[in-house]
Amino acid sequence: MNNKLATAALALLATAGAASAEKAKFEYWYGLTGDLGEVVAETCNRFNASQDQYEAVCVGQDGYEKAVQNTIAAFRAQKHPTLLQSFDAGTADLMLSGEFYPVTKLMADTGVNVDWADYFPGIANYYSSKSGEFFSMPWNSSTPVYYFNKDIFAKAGITEAPLTWEGMEAALVKVKESGAACGLAYAPSSWIDLEQFSMVHNVPVASNNNGYDGLDTELLFNTTLHVKHMENIQRWIEGGFATIRTQAAGKTARDSFVEGECAVFFSSIADHNTIHKLKPAFGWDVQIIPTYEGVERKNSVVGGASLWVLSGKTEDEYKAAAAYLAFLATKPEQQFLLENSGYIPVTKSTYDALLAEGFYAKEPFINRDIAMKSLTYSEPTELTRGIRLGGMIQIRAEWTAEVEAALAGQKTMKEALDTATTRGNEILTRFAKTYPGKAFP
Amino acid sequence: MRRAYFKTSWIAFALLAPQLLIIFVFFYWPSAQALYWAFTLEQPWGGGNTWVGFENFAKVLSDPYYWSSVRVSVIYALATTVLAMAMALTLAVFVDRQLSGYSAYRVAFIWPYAVAAPAVGLAFQFVFNPGAGIFSYINAVSPGMWNPSQYPSQAILSIVIAGAWKQVAYSFIFFLAALQSIPRSLTEAAAMDGARPLRRVLDLQLPLLTPTFFFLLVINITDSFTDSFGIVDTLTGGGPFRATDLLVYKIYADGFRGFDYSGAAAQSIILMCLVMALTFVQFRYVERRVHYT
Repeated sequence: MNNKLATAALALLATAGAASAEKAKFEYWYGLTGDLGEVVAETCNRFNASQDQYEAVCVGQDGYEKAVQNTIAAFRAQKHPTLLQSFDAGTADLMLSGEFYPVTKLMADTGVNVDWADYFPGIANYYSSKSGEFFSMPWNSSTPVYYFNKDIFAKAGITEAPLTWEGMEAALVKVKESGAACGLAYAPSSWIDLEQFSMVHNVPVASNNNGYDGLDTELLFNTTLHVKHMENIQRWIEGGFATIRTQAAGKTARDSFVEGECAVFFSSIADHNTIHKLKPAFGWDVQIIPTYEGVERKNSVVGGASLWVLSGKTEDEYKAAAAYLAFLATKPEQQFLLENSGYIPVTKSTYDALLAEGFYAKEPFINRDIAMKSLTYSEPTELTRGIRLGGMIQIRAEWTAEVEAALAGQKTMKEALDTATTRGNEILTRFAKTYPGKAFP
Repeated sequence: MRRAYFKTSWIAFALLAPQLLIIFVFFYWPSAQALYWAFTLEQPWGGGNTWVGFENFAKVLSDPYYWSSVRVSVIYALATTVLAMAMALTLAVFVDRQLSGYSAYRVAFIWPYAVAAPAVGLAFQFVFNPGAGIFSYINAVSPGMWNPSQYPSQAILSIVIAGAWKQVAYSFIFFLAALQSIPRSLTEAAAMDGARPLRRVLDLQLPLLTPTFFFLLVINITDSFTDSFGIVDTLTGGGPFRATDLLVYKIYADGFRGFDYSGAAAQSIILMCLVMALTFVQFRYVERRVHYT
């Protein structure tokens, strides 16, 4: 009996060994959910079908936050995946821990040729070290824009979607005067109202060039144009030109827009695809986020997520992961992602090829590449490369809670932003103390 | 009183070992780890930590928002406990009186206990939604009156109701069992003496229920401190502006979402001490009034 069991176990082991010898497997944990999660799973299937050397084992983790949390837990038990899809705010700790394999190095070590200069600078800078080495592989990329209801705008006599905040205010006034129920559907978003706003206005979010040059960083957003902007938003809400629309308040900004109730809302370009699918009963379009008059507009930065290769894996797994990453960067695969989501191309050559093919001249892609205009508006400056702050998720939460308190009339906007800054600085100090003597690579 | 005992102690140890092992692995070990982290700044991806002594505790305890979090947690615990136990007792008394259809109610009242907290939160999201929920009828009468995303007190009320609803079932089972263990002869004797149902509840059944009452008080308060996470997460997300940022939710937000493992560990230790202190107070002062028969 025992003998039989042992033989069976041996046989099993042998077949398992044979199977793994055939294909080099690697594990990939991703955060995207729903339709987009299926797109990720599909890229894995396409990769596995495209060659017979490697196999991607892709596991959805129910959101970016959970993907990072689960990976940390797994990493501490040495059971982590080779590849992780992570959002930017969750990666400061990973960068300082050094427990990742920079993709530039990975590709060089595994002999995969990637033209790094082909990546848009607004994207490349965000995901690379000061010396220009890519930490992680850009993949699903977006940037914020605003969506507007063409019918409501036409009725209010607005012929062009404003590019300045002064113009936006004038438009919202006209919309209200035309009798529309709701102008701007507003939901506080530190990503749009603080981070991207500061980028396009070339004002700092924090000292040390937004944290790139050291860990002894202090937040500065309570001293910049950001304060005036948030006070304006508050004024518009009080004046009835904007309304708070969040899930908790009963309806999200996007739903308020799609149902034809609100004229304008701000969101990621990734929503372009979603709104098309929901087929609103009115004409609509997108425009880049406005700037204040007298400010020289700069580039916005990339949002979304990138793919990180983690340390502590075998050479075979790295080879397989490198092959998968190279596969994702090809033009057909970028196009596959663009056709099935609202994301944007990450390389110049792909974008140019798509333009030449007339990809952006037909629905539902018309004008979606306005995001490229925003991302490539200028060469990135010291302040528009991106943001490198530890505890970014907590800082965003502080900002949101304080702004909500101000909008509810509990304190003035300036007080709220001062408090968010002070509390955010405490988080940054703790972060610096957690990593003594280290700096962002 | 006679006591059973083992002659050789190793048998006792052997029999206890599996249970002790489980408690050690799932309670003492993680607690010790948390205690250690609370005195350091731990790097999430491993790679070492820095000893900081009581700094994590000092930071947490000097934070005014932490104290408002303690305050709202205590309010939540007391309010859900009172509400849940009052509802459970009322329901149990009626079921005990065997009103028509009571056997169906008895099963129905137990069901909510089997519903997971996040599901309860989601269900109540529909109830409390100011745009489309049942409570939106308030807004139909007086626009803007009901909006838990704007008014902290309404948000607290929402999680209290959802939390209490979830806890009713557990208390109900215990109250009903306790009521049914009261000898019928006592109730009947009281009835023959002319005591009407309400009088019998107040003078006879309630005093006999005090041990159950005390047990449920301790369990409910502990539960509402530690088991409120799912409801807060789905219903309010700690908002508006931290009004429903209960202690457990804050631990999750700082530790798991914000990767501040050490700060969260310090908060966990404080929460553990708080719950232990509350339980101690209950045993010290409330139990005096309990009569075990």
